[in-house]
Amino acid sequence: MKVQILGSGCAKCRLLEDHARQAIVELGLPAELEKVTEIEAIMAMGVMSTPALAIDGKVKSVGRVLSKDQVSAILQGGK
Amino acid sequence: MWQGVVDWLVYGRMGLSPNSALGSALDFFIYDTGKIFLLLVVIIFAIAFVRSFFPPEKTKRVLEKLPEFLGNILAALLGIVTPFCSCSAVPLFIGFIEAGIPLGVTFSFLVSSPMVNEVALIMLWGLFGWKIAVIYIASGIVIAIASGAVIGRLKLEKWVEEYVYKIRGGQGVIEKRSLRDRIDYSFGYVGEIVGKVWPYVLVGIAIGGFMHGYAPANFLAKYAGPGVWYAVPLAVLIGVPLYSNAAGVIPIVKVLMEKGMATGTALAFMMAVTALSLPEAIILRKVLKPKLLIIYFSVVAVGIMLTGYLFNAVIK
Repeated sequence: MKVQILGSGCAKCRLLEDHARQAIVELGLPAELEKVTEIEAIMAMGVMSTPALAIDGKVKSVGRVLSKDQVSAILQGGK
Repeated sequence: MWQGVVDWLVYGRMGLSPNSALGSALDFFIYDTGKIFLLLVVIIFAIAFVRSFFPPEKTKRVLEKLPEFLGNILAALLGIVTPFCSCSAVPLFIGFIEAGIPLGVTFSFLVSSPMVNEVALIMLWGLFGWKIAVIYIASGIVIAIASGAVIGRLKLEKWVEEYVYKIRGGQGVIEKRSLRDRIDYSFGYVGEIVGKVWPYVLVGIAIGGFMHGYAPANFLAKYAGPGVWYAVPLAVLIGVPLYSNAAGVIPIVKVLMEKGMATGTALAFMMAVTALSLPEAIILRKVLKPKLLIIYFSVVAVGIMLTGYLFNAVIK
């Protein structure tokens, strides 16, 4: 599983990255966390408001900092 | 009612005289702080809730179907309800341009979104009453429409960084959100904004309260009254570096007006504070060549000054 954080590196993006990392550790998932900071790559995924979260190339959330629990729910296929 | 409680506390319990500088400064401070914080929590929650229905992706889809002038009007209006943070100004700009939204329409959005911001609105409403708040919003929308229309007429597409036109965006994503999600988002937003602005609100109201109590009445009339022609451009110039501090600036402006600053000058000052921000300019430099950036700032600054002069002429 590949978890991607999309954002150009503002404070909110780092916060979302932290929450995602905690969620992955807590669930013990064999997931790889990747930061996407290139604007071309972010746009190519159809995202206009950052930070965004994508799993295996599919965008799951845009424009907000999800809490650790919200990330967990998405990782477990809740949404 | 709240005024009564504060008066009772300051003049009754604490025994200060309403005619003393300390008494009236303290009364002003407590009254305004309480009112502003209540308004901040309630109104920001309401605005965040409304905004959760207008993600930028949806705004983009509406705007890409419209012809130029109508597009400017709608972009300025949608700028108010679409959540916008200057950190996503670049992807938003590229997203709009890439979707074929005209440059001028995109600028109408970029002007209106920060200018008509929720904190400025609440502070104006709380401290000046709804009439000034409505005048502020209406002027902000008009400036956004006009600036965008002017930039659109000037045909400045060549001064957008070339790479912007090469980007091909993917299919936009619009999240499905439940009511629970929206409420969580709104609470989170209240925490975020109040957490960020509270020190400015306190300092602004404290300075305002101090001046209210201690500065002589009308001492500004000579320097910033309606008859002083250079007061408006000067106010705009001073306003630019104070970006994003609407919360701290507005209580001070209220007192400046009490002490003789003309309404239009005060309005121009507040608009310059919210609409022209240096960090946003630095961020937008990634997509705009310097010439276009300068034109953008100049057009908006001129619009704000005209508004200032207009209100100075109309409201005596």
